[in-house]
Amino acid sequence: MSDKGQHFVADHVAGLPRSGIRDFFAIVAAMPQAISLGIGEPDFVTPWHIREAAIFALEKGKTSYTDNLGLIRLRREISTYVENNFSIGYHPETDVLVAVGVSEALDIALRAVLNPGDKVLYHEPCYVSYSPSIVLAHAQPIAVGTSAEDQFGIDPERVEAAWEPGCKVLMLNFPTNPTGGVTERAKLERLAKFAIKKDLLVISDEIYSELTFEGEHTSIASLPGMRERTIFLHGFSKAYAMTGFRIGYACGPQSLIEAMMKVHQYSMLCAPILSQEAAIEALKNGAPAVAKMKDAYHKRRDLIVRRFNEAGLDCHSPKGSFYAFPSIQSTGLDSLSFCKGLLDQEEVAVVPGTAFGPSGAAFVRASFSTSYERILEATDRIERYMNSI
Amino acid sequence: MLFAFLENSAFTQALMSSVLQLLLEGERLDTAQMAQILGLPESEIDAELTRLKAEEILLGWRPVLNPERAQEAVVRAVIEVKISPERDGGFDRLASRIARFDAVESCYLMSGAYDLLVFAVGNDLREVATFVSERLASVEGVLSTATHFMLRAYKEQGHLLLSPLDGEDKPAVSP
Repeated sequence: MSDKGQHFVADHVAGLPRSGIRDFFAIVAAMPQAISLGIGEPDFVTPWHIREAAIFALEKGKTSYTDNLGLIRLRREISTYVENNFSIGYHPETDVLVAVGVSEALDIALRAVLNPGDKVLYHEPCYVSYSPSIVLAHAQPIAVGTSAEDQFGIDPERVEAAWEPGCKVLMLNFPTNPTGGVTERAKLERLAKFAIKKDLLVISDEIYSELTFEGEHTSIASLPGMRERTIFLHGFSKAYAMTGFRIGYACGPQSLIEAMMKVHQYSMLCAPILSQEAAIEALKNGAPAVAKMKDAYHKRRDLIVRRFNEAGLDCHSPKGSFYAFPSIQSTGLDSLSFCKGLLDQEEVAVVPGTAFGPSGAAFVRASFSTSYERILEATDRIERYMNSI
Repeated sequence: MLFAFLENSAFTQALMSSVLQLLLEGERLDTAQMAQILGLPESEIDAELTRLKAEEILLGWRPVLNPERAQEAVVRAVIEVKISPERDGGFDRLASRIARFDAVESCYLMSGAYDLLVFAVGNDLREVATFVSERLASVEGVLSTATHFMLRAYKEQGHLLLSPLDGEDKPAVSP
C-alpha cells in the first residue's frame, strides 16, 4: 500500500532538510564496535545526589503538573543562580520560565515573538536546530558565518553587514556547539549597541557557559540596555550532565516571558515535576560536581587538540564546550567523505561539519566527552588515516 | 635564589597534583599516555612517579577487584579492637604490630567506642577466626575484639558492583 501521508505534510515542514546528524547516526549505528567522538552530550552520568533527589520526589508522590512557569522553589533558585553567575537580575515570580530543555525554550521564544516573514540573524556553524526552529516559526533565517580565523567567535561587522530590513531577532550561542567558539566582551558590547540601534531582540543560548575554559563568560543580557531586549536561555543538560531530564529555562522581561508562557501552556503545559525537583538539587548542591567535570573536559580538550595538530589536522583550541572542530581542508576531502572514510578504514566516528551549516564544510566535530583512553586510541587511528590519504 | 626555589616548588606541586590526579582517576594509563595527556615529556612523569614512591605518597599499584567475582572463596572481616595505650608512643607500637600480620589488609586508629579498626582477610571463616583468637586477641595490650564478617560488597573503592551503568540507550551520534 502506498504511503499517501506526504500529501498532508505542511509545505514548510516538507521543505526542511533532514538532519545531517541523523543521517550519519544511521551509518554509525550499524557499527557498534566503532569509537564514537560523535556524542553531543556528557559522558558522565548525572551526579547521584541529583538523581537521588528525583527518586525521593517520586517516592513522595510528586507526580502532578506544576505551575506553567515551573515550581516557584526552582524559579527562586534559578533567579539566584543567574544573579550570582551572570550578574543579571530576574524576578522569580514573573521573569523566569522553566521549559523542557533549552530546545523547547528556544522554540517557544521564537514562536512567541516572530510574525510570518520576520527575519532572524544567527551565526553558523551552529546547533542543528537553529535554522529549522526559525523556519518552523514561519520566519526567515539569515546566517552569519563564523570562521576558524576568529576561533569561531562572532564578528560584529559581519552581523552588521548581514542585517537587512525585517530583521527582528539576533540569536547567539556562546560557547558554541559545534565549534567551542566564544565571543569576548568587547565584541558583545558592539553587538549590543547594534541590537539597540536596530531594535533587535537577542535570544542568547548559554547552555555551555559553565564549560568556559579560558576567560570569563559574559552574557550579552548583562550589558547596559540589554536585559530589556534579551531572552536568556540556559539549562541543566551540559554542566550537570542531565540531558535525559530535559530541563532548561528562559529568563527575560515579564512581557516576553508571559508571551512564551502562553505558547508553553498550550503545548507543553509544564516541565516534568521530577526533573524540576532534580534541577533544584543541582542548583543547590551541584557546584562541586560541575567543577570536577569541567576540569576533566579541560584536560581532555588539551589532549585532543594537541593530538589533532600532531596528526596533521589544523585544530584551534576551543575556549568552551566539549567539542573540538578541526579543519580537514589539508586532506582535500569534503567533510562527509572524510568522516565516511575514517569510519570505514579506522572505525572512528566524528560528525561532518556540514551538519552544522555551510560554514562547517571544511571541518568535522569531535566530542571530547569521552575517556582519555578512547581519545588516545581514536586520535592514533585518525593519525593513521591521515597518513593513508 | 629564594625566588627561583619558590617557583620550582610551585611547579613541582602543580605537577604532583596533576600526575596524582590522573592516577586517582583510575584509567589504566602508561607513562607515555600520561605524558601525552599532560603535555609533558615522559622523563618528567617518570621522575615524578619515582619521587612519589620515594616519599611514600604513592604506595602501590594494586588493581581494584570485584570481590563478588574475583575472590569468591575469600572471607573478609572488619574487627574492632580495643587496646591499651602505652606511656611512650600511645597506640603506635601495638597498632603497627597488629598491622604487620599478612591477614591484615588495612588498620586505622579510630575515635569512639574502640581504638583500632582492622580489615582482615582469610581463605575461609576458620582461618579468619583463628587469626582473631590466636594471633590478634593474644597480643599483649589487646583488651577486646569484636569481629564482623562481610557478607556482600556493594561498592569497592568507588566502583559500584551491583548496578553497573547501562549506557546502551545512549546514541553513538547526537547533536
